[in-house]
Amino acid sequence: MFSFKERAIKFIFSCLAFSCLLFLLAIVVILFWQGAPLFSYMDFSQFFFGKSWYPTSQPPEFGIFPLISGSLIVTLGAMVVCVPLGIGSALYIYELSGPNSKKILKPIVEILGSIPSIVFGFFALTIAAPAIQQFFNIPTGLCALTASIILGIMAIPTITSISEDALSFVPNSFREASYALGANKFQTLFKVTIPAAASGISTSVILGMSRIVGETMTVLMVSGGAAVITSSFFSPVRPMTATIAAEMGEAAFGSLHYQALFAIALVLFMTTLVFNVIAERISQKYALKLGANR
Amino acid sequence: MLEQNIRVKAKDVSFYYGQKRALKDLNINFFTNKVTAFIGPSGCGKSTFIRLLNKMNDLIPNTRAEGKILLDDENILDKKVDAVKIRRKIGMVFQKPNPFPKSIFQNVAYGLELCSMSKKEMERVVEESLQKAALWNEVKDRLRDNALGLSGGQQQRLCIARCLAVEPEVILFDEPCASLDPISTSKIEELILELKKQYTIVIVTHNMQQAARVSDWTAFMYIGELIEFSPTKEIFVVPKEKKTQEYLSGRFG
Amino acid sequence: MKNIIIEKTGFFLITMCIAITGLFLALLIYFIVSNGINVLSFEFLTQPPKNSMTAGGVAPAIVGSFYLTVGAVIVALPLGLACAIYLNEYSPKGLVASAIRISVNNLAGVPSVVFGLFGLAFFVKFLGFGISILSGSLTLAILILPAIISTSQEALSAVPNSIREASLALGATHSQTIRKAVLPCAFSAILTGVILSIARAAGETAPILFTAAAFYKRDYPDSIFSETMALPYHIYALMTEGTSPDKQVAIAYGCALILLLIVLVISAGAIVLRNKYRRQNA
Repeated sequence: MFSFKERAIKFIFSCLAFSCLLFLLAIVVILFWQGAPLFSYMDFSQFFFGKSWYPTSQPPEFGIFPLISGSLIVTLGAMVVCVPLGIGSALYIYELSGPNSKKILKPIVEILGSIPSIVFGFFALTIAAPAIQQFFNIPTGLCALTASIILGIMAIPTITSISEDALSFVPNSFREASYALGANKFQTLFKVTIPAAASGISTSVILGMSRIVGETMTVLMVSGGAAVITSSFFSPVRPMTATIAAEMGEAAFGSLHYQALFAIALVLFMTTLVFNVIAERISQKYALKLGANR
Repeated sequence: MLEQNIRVKAKDVSFYYGQKRALKDLNINFFTNKVTAFIGPSGCGKSTFIRLLNKMNDLIPNTRAEGKILLDDENILDKKVDAVKIRRKIGMVFQKPNPFPKSIFQNVAYGLELCSMSKKEMERVVEESLQKAALWNEVKDRLRDNALGLSGGQQQRLCIARCLAVEPEVILFDEPCASLDPISTSKIEELILELKKQYTIVIVTHNMQQAARVSDWTAFMYIGELIEFSPTKEIFVVPKEKKTQEYLSGRFG
Repeated sequence: MKNIIIEKTGFFLITMCIAITGLFLALLIYFIVSNGINVLSFEFLTQPPKNSMTAGGVAPAIVGSFYLTVGAVIVALPLGLACAIYLNEYSPKGLVASAIRISVNNLAGVPSVVFGLFGLAFFVKFLGFGISILSGSLTLAILILPAIISTSQEALSAVPNSIREASLALGATHSQTIRKAVLPCAFSAILTGVILSIARAAGETAPILFTAAAFYKRDYPDSIFSETMALPYHIYALMTEGTSPDKQVAIAYGCALILLLIVLVISAGAIVLRNKYRRQNA
């Protein structure tokens, strides 16, 4: 602690840590720097509530409302798929699987969580979309419904894994107390264990939602790509992430279109940031709540 | 006791955790080749004090020490004194055995690897240290095995061997038997009596009988103050202070 | 009696949930494996593409993905590990440390396409690296950096303080303690985090879309400044560009199978490793 060498080593680590911080902060700075100039061309309400996204027409229009609605409808649909299936799977692993199959199921869920999104997108495009088109007898399988289902499945491992952690975190004494009062397994699960793990489970849902909103390749491949406002699951949509991925290649560096895409990235960044903060708040409360019992 | 037999001398030592004063003006001497035991109820500052001797309290933020602890005319409490040098002279064995998750050999060799030493020399020192710690016969055939596979008592003797390998002059024991069974405890006690022939030893203990069995001098501490410091034979038979007498008779603590 | 019926139905529904999930995922793996396995061959893995993507192999894409992933880890690992060491061992309560903690927490959930845009604006344009392996690797590095920092930091903080005290009490300096006592203890946990990050970097498409990827390159990349093919991007390109979809789909199945295998094997390895050391520590 007193020698020159020790101080030099500490200095090197501080520098590396500081440069890490700079890199991480650079993301925010760059997004603002590249995206903010758009708002000298148009104001916020035109951007958020403008009903048409025609970036290449003359004059171009950059209303992202259709894109937001696309993201919303796909996210909503995906939640319908992943919340029950994800939490249900977590409950099964926690309550019904034996200790041995639990040892296998948990890692499998985690491993499945690492399947790249491009693989899901590819599967959706080649298998799921034609199947859905035939089954519902609709003009194209590349629509909000397909995107929702696939995104929902992608988010299941996230939700299952975190929910199961939250459930196993509930002290055994809670369950024993319930059993001792004559409750059966199901009553104990729903009246004691799940409420005790509720905040952990909600955290998992929010993180799953965050993953769905930010998912790019899958929606790029199967959502259909139409930037229109729709309320039907059977029509093609164009969520925000897909718009960025599809159009960035064509947008000229520094053009309004380029700035608009960065502005969309900013919106995405803020959205996931908010999700993250909420998730963190919940899990902090949760730690406080159960902290006293351990 | 003659002045030249004093190995470490503490003068007016106080210690603060933030604003809270944990030690008040301690004056004590540790004599060469003697065992000095610290007794007292928990929280009285005995561990805090012996951790000052090898500068372990430097690691705790927001703390401050006053006074002097002299080892070879150097004040250990001086911020400018190199902690590494002091810790090589004053070794420490902790409350819970804390071997590294490495092989038995690597554990003992850890302190030796820090300074350059030939492999042959290292093997010699490791064997010697393990023998001094009365562990050699139990582990000589499995020096490459992970140290975490040893029993608690063996682990603690390994920690002692590890400490001996760096050839300290003073060894601090911070409740070394707190987590051990009676048989392991008696082995460690025998070892301490053996080691005092070569080293100056300071031991903190909860157990008054242990202090009576292993120490030559006993210091009784109470709420940050040194109440009494006498030869062990005297303090257990005729304590000078009322507090000491109350503690020894089990009235508190 | 009523209670028993509710319990039976409830548990039946829960079982259905995992059955449906399992069915979906099994279908996905089944279709990709059954369609991809016929395409896989020695040539497929070792030859460059021929006849404008309708024949030949995908070796340049595999090599490209390898370079991108290795590049990302080479940058992110030392930086992230150093950051974690600083956070945990040197200045746990400092200003920089808490700023890093906040950014790491909040960047973990940011969509990968946003990282892609950052890479485009910063590495490709601002620093002038162009669309290249360098830009792509750096973008992927930033993407996995938060995960590497947080897993490494967790691993370091799981090392008991008694280990640090033991080392210091033997006369080791602070840096010797970190290098010889703390890091070896945290090694397997750090390794798990790094391996999982490798799996993530290898599978990501969006971040390399505008920073590194090229649809068709006859040659292998020859420097860090050249564009490259990459497995995940190649699947996308085969499905959305080109002239003969039928032949391209077959190749895409092969690519998807390779990618799936690589990622699953890597992450399975990491998780097995983690469970092993968790058992050891328990």
